[in-house]
Amino acid sequence: MSKHTAEVIIIGGGVNGCAAAYYLAKAGMKDVIVLEGSPSIGHGGSSRNGGGVRQSGRDVRELPYAMYAVQNMWPTLSEELGVDVEYYQKGNLRLGKTDAHMEKLRNLAANANSLGLDMKIIDGKEVKEICPYLSDEIIGASWCPTDGHANPMLTTLAYYKRATELGVNFFTDAKVAALEKVKGKLRKVILESGEVFEADKVILAAGYESRFIARTVGIDVPMTKYFEEALVTEVQPHMFDIMLGVASADFYGHQSQHGSFVFGSDSGLEETTDMGLDELKTSPLTVSAGCRAIMGYIPMMADAKIVRTWGGWLDLCYDGVPVISEVDEVPGLILACGFTGHGFGTAPAVGLMLSQMALGEKTVVDISSLRYDRFKAVR
Amino acid sequence: MIDIREKLDAIGPYVPAPDDDMLVCRCEEVTKGEIRQAVHAGMLTIEEIRRFLRCGMGLCQGQTCGKLVKGIVARELHVSPLDIEPATSRAPMRPTEMRILARDGGEAHE
Repeated sequence: MSKHTAEVIIIGGGVNGCAAAYYLAKAGMKDVIVLEGSPSIGHGGSSRNGGGVRQSGRDVRELPYAMYAVQNMWPTLSEELGVDVEYYQKGNLRLGKTDAHMEKLRNLAANANSLGLDMKIIDGKEVKEICPYLSDEIIGASWCPTDGHANPMLTTLAYYKRATELGVNFFTDAKVAALEKVKGKLRKVILESGEVFEADKVILAAGYESRFIARTVGIDVPMTKYFEEALVTEVQPHMFDIMLGVASADFYGHQSQHGSFVFGSDSGLEETTDMGLDELKTSPLTVSAGCRAIMGYIPMMADAKIVRTWGGWLDLCYDGVPVISEVDEVPGLILACGFTGHGFGTAPAVGLMLSQMALGEKTVVDISSLRYDRFKAVR
Repeated sequence: MIDIREKLDAIGPYVPAPDDDMLVCRCEEVTKGEIRQAVHAGMLTIEEIRRFLRCGMGLCQGQTCGKLVKGIVARELHVSPLDIEPATSRAPMRPTEMRILARDGGEAHE
């Protein structure tokens, strides 16, 4: 029979959970178990996002660790993990076509500058110099030269592979039903199948499902869920390595290392999505809306063929930033959820900080503003 | 519940084979050896293997190599191909130009 007790259990084999497992093992803590609910590692938002490694546009509470990851972790991650995670740090253009767009971008840039991030506003001509393939209708953009993108599926699996090599034990198809305290401290992790795991520390990084699990020890994180969709084109000639976004938030994306373009988009009807968390059906409305939006900014994409669309559930925190926090009422529990669709780019830093929290060390960046008890009534 | 460590121990280490250089996924140029090694690195599902190597993610979306990949993975895991969960197929059924998909009657973007 396999071992069901460890010093640390991580619930959720997504990018944050796998990264936390790796950084724990790297720090010498190898008595770690990761429990993934689905049959595959990286089944949730970690494989269903556009791969942005972005600092621009981040909340003041997130920016310090987003910058930490970009400055200290992403540039060497492929080498460290032994898998090319396809990280490109070639900048992020957020495009505008109207004065209202530019006003929004100016506010974003001013905010970023006040927080110490290099981000500036450029005109249409400068946009073309950075990326000549864009529409003439674009009048300007915000430009953050230190932003970039990476491959989220490879990054998640690279952390998983390396953590496994270092001795971490992963279980898939291991859906957690409940947590249980023993003598006032969190101790047991009970699966839907009835199997019981035990640990001193439990990191809960299971996306929206974290909510159901945390609730079994009386903790609720105010989140909503959102079905995010992406599309990918056939291989195109190499055009650019930058990350693209638009002020109107109609789409975002980049050209991947193998040549396909990957874009995320929405139809505007997402609020009405009525589908269970186990279902991952894309909407034909979204791909069509996405194509229109993309062609409006990159006209030459009109003849590019879409080979695949896919989608996944995101966990949106009520105030737009995650909960990364220990819990006073449940000693031993560490929450890491509500990443609100921008958790991929920060995952190295979050994984590192989760490992530090589990080891009782000070986190590399102060994240006390991400505590679980920050939510107050708004009426 | 699948215990990954137990499974990896049970199938033993990767042993190179003479036909490891054989191209299996032509669209993405993935070889048999790469697929076999990925299994031993812990990629035990078709979903994980596809994400790790991109096999079956190119122009034909695995219509050519899907069965072959499944067979290779099954042999490596010492199970029947019938026990391997197949890859998820996704829209569109055929590669389709953006200009065509865009014509669904929705609002033009600003």
